[in-house]
Amino acid sequence: MSTFSLKINGSEHQVSVDGSTPLLWVLRDHLGLVGTKFGCGIGQCGACTVHLEGRAVRSCLLPVAQVGEGEITTIEGLSEDGSHPVQAAWLEADVPQCGYCQAGQLMTASAFLAETPRPSRDEIKGAMHGNVCRCAAYSRINLAVELASKKITGDGK
Amino acid sequence: MENRTKEGARMPGRRNFIRTTSLAGGGILLGVNFFTACGPDVKMPVDLDSLDYHDFNAYIKIADNGRVTIFSPNPEIGQGVKTSMPMIIAEELDVPWAHVRVVQAPLDTIKYTRQAAGGSQSIRLSWQALRETGAYARQMLVTAAARRWEVDPSDCNTSDGVISNTKGQTLGYGEVVREAALLEAERMKAMDEETADAPEGTLALKDPKDFKIIGQPVPNVDNHKIVTGQPMYGMDYRTDGMVYAAVLRPPAFGQVLKDFDASQAKGMPGVIDVIRIGAKLKAMMEGMVDRRRLESLGMVGNSDKVVVIARSTWEAFQAKAKVKATWVQESEYEDDAFHDKVLTGLLDNGPMEAQRTDGDIDRAFLEADDIVERAYSSPFLPHNCMEPMNFYADVKEASVHLVGPIQTPEWASGLVADLLGREREAVHLEMTRAGGGFGRRLFGNYVLEAAEISDAVGLPVKMVCTREDDMTMGTYRPAIHYCFRAAIKDGQITGYHIREAAINGNMHHTIPHFFPAGVVDNYQVDTGNYQSNVSTGAWRAPHSNFLCFADQNFFDELAERLDKDPIALRREMLAQFKGQDDEHIEYTPERMLGVMDLVLERSGYHREEQGVHKGLVVYFCHNTYVAQVAEVVMEEGFPRVKKITVAVDCGIVVNKMGALNQIEGSIIDGIGHAMFGDFGFEKGVPSGANFDRYRLIRAREVPEIATYFVENEHAPTGLGEPALPPAGAAVAIALQRATGKRMYSQPYVRYFLE
Repeated sequence: MSTFSLKINGSEHQVSVDGSTPLLWVLRDHLGLVGTKFGCGIGQCGACTVHLEGRAVRSCLLPVAQVGEGEITTIEGLSEDGSHPVQAAWLEADVPQCGYCQAGQLMTASAFLAETPRPSRDEIKGAMHGNVCRCAAYSRINLAVELASKKITGDGK
Repeated sequence: MENRTKEGARMPGRRNFIRTTSLAGGGILLGVNFFTACGPDVKMPVDLDSLDYHDFNAYIKIADNGRVTIFSPNPEIGQGVKTSMPMIIAEELDVPWAHVRVVQAPLDTIKYTRQAAGGSQSIRLSWQALRETGAYARQMLVTAAARRWEVDPSDCNTSDGVISNTKGQTLGYGEVVREAALLEAERMKAMDEETADAPEGTLALKDPKDFKIIGQPVPNVDNHKIVTGQPMYGMDYRTDGMVYAAVLRPPAFGQVLKDFDASQAKGMPGVIDVIRIGAKLKAMMEGMVDRRRLESLGMVGNSDKVVVIARSTWEAFQAKAKVKATWVQESEYEDDAFHDKVLTGLLDNGPMEAQRTDGDIDRAFLEADDIVERAYSSPFLPHNCMEPMNFYADVKEASVHLVGPIQTPEWASGLVADLLGREREAVHLEMTRAGGGFGRRLFGNYVLEAAEISDAVGLPVKMVCTREDDMTMGTYRPAIHYCFRAAIKDGQITGYHIREAAINGNMHHTIPHFFPAGVVDNYQVDTGNYQSNVSTGAWRAPHSNFLCFADQNFFDELAERLDKDPIALRREMLAQFKGQDDEHIEYTPERMLGVMDLVLERSGYHREEQGVHKGLVVYFCHNTYVAQVAEVVMEEGFPRVKKITVAVDCGIVVNKMGALNQIEGSIIDGIGHAMFGDFGFEKGVPSGANFDRYRLIRAREVPEIATYFVENEHAPTGLGEPALPPAGAAVAIALQRATGKRMYSQPYVRYFLE
């Protein structure tokens, strides 16, 4: 058992856990940040995606000891009021069905658009390929990423 | 005036369960029951005066400022009823959707039995009741305004939450709610006293042409919470003092727990205890009449389980891996070859039971000049809801509190009462938003586990499955084999014989009456089952999810043998329809042809395009008509589904946005499982346990989808399922056009990897 100081969504959090505990479970069970979801535990479905230093990572595979000084952003920190362009696009396209995988989809999409603000359709599909949506809301996920791209770049206005 | 007389309904009397009350803080509350008006079989309580607000499962609050809150009771598993059902009330109440807030109502699982999501039936069954509820509330408000103005209610009109009269006066709903409540109390009193002419009157419903909310694209009411990551799911639920439980179950079907060594697990960090459960479940099952049914649904009481109780989910998972359990064989270990053998054996030698028999099938085949016979087979399928199975249970001396995702709360809480030997009234179940259902959460074996664990440790417990647990403790779509046979004489189809062999059972009583029942004179559907120790159950679009593939591909091949265009053959056969007076036949040729014509036109079916291969399917299931054209292209010998054009006749479309979402999702889901879904058993052990060994469709494999609705004023039917079965079927026909090869089994990916 060790104590870790984590920077999450702009605040410092102290947790005492075993260093091998995946960040996912630290967020969910120890810090009550349950927006990040458990789907498979082996990095195959993307439901647990968060940002570490702005990059999308699978929190189910990331031991908390490896986070170090890195800034973590979870769905709760993307924006509280749903105003982040990706969230706004998700609302506009009415993406969610059951909604369970959507936090991971949003985190993957937001990290991707930060790197690639004007993606092609194929690039969007490629970027989102790692995130499973069992309701298969993929058409709208892809559409929402396009919409978010327009919101971020101001294109199409 | 809007025409509201077209679909008049009787004004609810005392038997209709609508009761109103003034609220201390202002406004009015209507208690209604979403389900009582859905069917004639609802039993009325003996003493109506004893009713209180617990007897209602939905409430409509109209505040003094005219804002409306609808407390919706229905299980939300991603199918959108939490949005669409309140839309119907708001439409007839005549308020702008922007003034409506929808809140998940607490559920009374003890008194009501229809709080279930399944079979795409929520909207179909509640349509009329919801309309009447909204219209009734509107009428109350209009009556109050008319009284104040001293005019006749028929001289009043409403629009967007405002009542107006012919003199040009207006009143907002909020301004008359108090008077409406008083009037309503008088009316109730008059009815209770059974005065000679208690005001029954008629309820005026809107002409569908005047709908303002129904038919509009309305986003899911929970979207904001979802995109900001607020806690909503069972997995997110927690209470003070709650502990986590991970359950070790038999690795193979056919095994039971002998004993276990938890010495290492008990020393792991965060572990509170390691226990054995199962005795209560076993005891409950002993006395059950429908034990066999529960067993086939995965309610297996034949093996005990080892449970790790820990302070966090991760610690519970880690310690579970350190439990050393000894399992022993109790019944046969089954595998894919075994399942193939028993299902083929059933088709070859029976026993089979006829589900529908028209004419003389044996004679038709005896006299035939040609016979087409084809067999089709499917694997099992796991549900793989994104939110793994989980449930919270707090079993106390006086009461039992259950919280989590379940499609059948009433059934599950009743079983928990039986399990723990409690009165049903002592068990309270709260439903959370479910991270997918697909039929898996119809079967609450995981609810029983949570209850037995909490009872054993005396603590509030959340039982959480890993993905591996979830995929290997399934209530799978059963493996199914079909044999389709058609007799041909003088170029006509004179006999049609469908035989189904399934693990545990698959057939639904409506299926034998699908097309071509009512068309072919000598027609028969037979079924046979093998009772397996593998648990099976409903899987999205149960019964038809695989049948549609077999049915439509056989039809296509049959047309080829007859040297006829499948479109022309459908028209020819539907023109011979004589099932009008058959009470079992639900489809009509007109609506069947309606979706076919629409999809042919919109897809440009007859337009040739280099390298694009098309497959057409026309189908009726789950009370909805769907026709699809799949377009497939071959890329380096591997197929890619490029586009699906779909025409849907579901009657009135309640929520355009939700409808498109459900149809698109169903189609992609259908293609994904038909292309890739591969699941079976080896020595009783499931072939896959996580997404590394079980392939789901993903973003790159998703086709473009164009959806068109047949516009009519038929009462709406559900959309959670009916677009799924035709998708895989249409892709298979397109694959035949592309490769010349016919698909006889799923998943299709097997044909291209060999």
